[in-house]
Amino acid sequence: MRKVMTLLMAVCLFSLGFSASAAEKTLKLGVIAELTGDMPAVGTSCKNAAEMAVKEINAAGGVQVGKQKMKVELVVEDNAGKADQSAAAAQKLITQDEVLAIVGPNASRYAIPASEIAESSETVLITPWSTNPKTTLDATTNQPKKYVFRACFIDPFQGGVLAKFALENLKAKNAAVLYDVASDYNKGIAEVFKANYEKLGGKVVAFETYTTNDKDFSAQLTKIKDAKPDVIFLPNYYSEVPLQVQQAKRLGITVPFIGSDSWGSNELLTLGGADLNGYYFSTHYAADNAAPVAKKFIEDYEKTYGAKPDDVAALTYDAFGLLFGSIKSAGKADREAIRAALSTLPSYKGVTGDMKFTADSRDPIKSAVILQIKDTKFTYFTNANP
Amino acid sequence: MSEWIVYGLQQLLNALQLGSIYALIALGYTMVYGILTMINFAHGDVFMIGAFFCFLAAVYLGLPFAPALLLTVVGTALLGVAIERLAYKPLRNAPRVSAIITALGIGIFLENFTLALAPYPKHIPALLDSTNWDLGGVSLSSLQLIIICLSLGLMFLLDYIVHRTPVGMAMRAISWDKTFVPLMGVPVDLVISVTFAIGAGLAGAAGTMYGLAYPVIDPYMGIMVGWKAFISAVVGGIGNIRGAMIGAFILGGVEIMVAAALPSTYRDFVAFALLLVLLIVRPYGILGSPRIQKV
Repeated sequence: MRKVMTLLMAVCLFSLGFSASAAEKTLKLGVIAELTGDMPAVGTSCKNAAEMAVKEINAAGGVQVGKQKMKVELVVEDNAGKADQSAAAAQKLITQDEVLAIVGPNASRYAIPASEIAESSETVLITPWSTNPKTTLDATTNQPKKYVFRACFIDPFQGGVLAKFALENLKAKNAAVLYDVASDYNKGIAEVFKANYEKLGGKVVAFETYTTNDKDFSAQLTKIKDAKPDVIFLPNYYSEVPLQVQQAKRLGITVPFIGSDSWGSNELLTLGGADLNGYYFSTHYAADNAAPVAKKFIEDYEKTYGAKPDDVAALTYDAFGLLFGSIKSAGKADREAIRAALSTLPSYKGVTGDMKFTADSRDPIKSAVILQIKDTKFTYFTNANP
Repeated sequence: MSEWIVYGLQQLLNALQLGSIYALIALGYTMVYGILTMINFAHGDVFMIGAFFCFLAAVYLGLPFAPALLLTVVGTALLGVAIERLAYKPLRNAPRVSAIITALGIGIFLENFTLALAPYPKHIPALLDSTNWDLGGVSLSSLQLIIICLSLGLMFLLDYIVHRTPVGMAMRAISWDKTFVPLMGVPVDLVISVTFAIGAGLAGAAGTMYGLAYPVIDPYMGIMVGWKAFISAVVGGIGNIRGAMIGAFILGGVEIMVAAALPSTYRDFVAFALLLVLLIVRPYGILGSPRIQKV
């Protein structure tokens, strides 16, 4: 049994001259992150950004709730990169720790099960990075869930952006797709890309699948090579993309690869190195072309953790921003009041751009960027809308 | 060459590469079974440790391919002997189920020990300059060639050791009869240690080559590969060395064919279905022979 790590962070910070009684009452917020398992870099970014956001707000005295300021206490749970443990972590945070709201999990295959628990327990859950539409939709009625929000755009949007980018910027008329059929995120975005690409006049010449944790893609890549595409789309997670690109190159495939926001971890560059130079992917924000609001965040993050914040970190930070904003406008520390405030929150200026929620959707309206990998660095390429 | 032949040859090469790696691991299962009639379920994790040894040798010691491979093989061989001495030997006369549970326990221990030290997937740097040759449309990489040749070389070496040397003769004798062979002066403990050393060493070599072909490694990588190698050994006739090699290449071929022709989710389903069907038709595997229980 893998050890479930419970980090109880009692963040008691500098005494800034506030009354002792105000400091005693805390707002408990939960985080579910992929700290172990197949994407620990994602979970670590999420946890780092969450701790930073909480530290900042506590240093400023806490969140304004009605007439008093309340400090924030963070409870971090590891989901071990497993769907069942994500649901269990949500259950624990809601019933045992009695948190006010939850941020996370990040990957759609973990966010979806956790969101079911949050919805049925009537607790707000904001996932920073889960882009699959199902996360915020009720599976039976196909209506938006009441308590589940996200800080990122959704796959139909991203799939449209990438289909247009492949056709217009890369002038690729024939595309091949290789995706993980056992993962909600990969499957969702692959299908949306295919539909959009064909609608815009392109042709998908190969649509190949594999299953999570596969290491050998040679059979599928040989089939793709045989179909002679102009571009290959890999909407897969950062630990698998380098293997796929390297095996493709060994098979003599030379066409460019494009990817989605699951590429946006610095670990991708560590694992893939120079093999990935020249390829493009769509994501939430560009660290080298950020708005003024984002600059301070990027600097602080680099100072604290010694690395550029990736998109998960930026989105987690924004998720906390949204949460603090809605607690403030709700005026009381109450789960239902926070939900009501969040769903009507006016435009929020975040690190990943401006976003707002409309009454009939839990997905924010925002735009995407395309990054290029140059000299094993993520470089801003262009802004994108479908 | 016609397109279909090129495509077929390319897939054949893919199958050979996958099959060679399965074969090296399958040999460890089959050798241990042959001697102790015990399934060493920790073997897949020894393979994983091999990949991590290779990572350590390449990244922290900066070794090139040949010394890294040698170090890995020696390291895993010692690990194999240590596991046998500490965990299996005390249970040699215990009921067989105890030994199997111990083996599963060792496997879980190795996984979590590695997880505690290396929670992130690790990347093995390219130890070999990869060159691609284009043979009339069929792409052959130097890495593929080395994996296939080195595996075949190791398999022939093992076959030679088992069939042509005194220690090999002792191994075959012990697997024939464990009660009387020791009475004839064969040092059973030593021969068993050598068996574990060879089996684990081959798994280490497989780990190194797997790490080069699929350079992102993690503590759980050995589970599925270990099961596949186990199937190979059973398909070929567990206990039979040549059978394990044949079984591994059959399984590699089937997996590549399934992934190329059907949705990839069918791959493991077909692989395990193959095991079931074969066990119905030939309960002792392709080259296996029934063991006659002496009463």
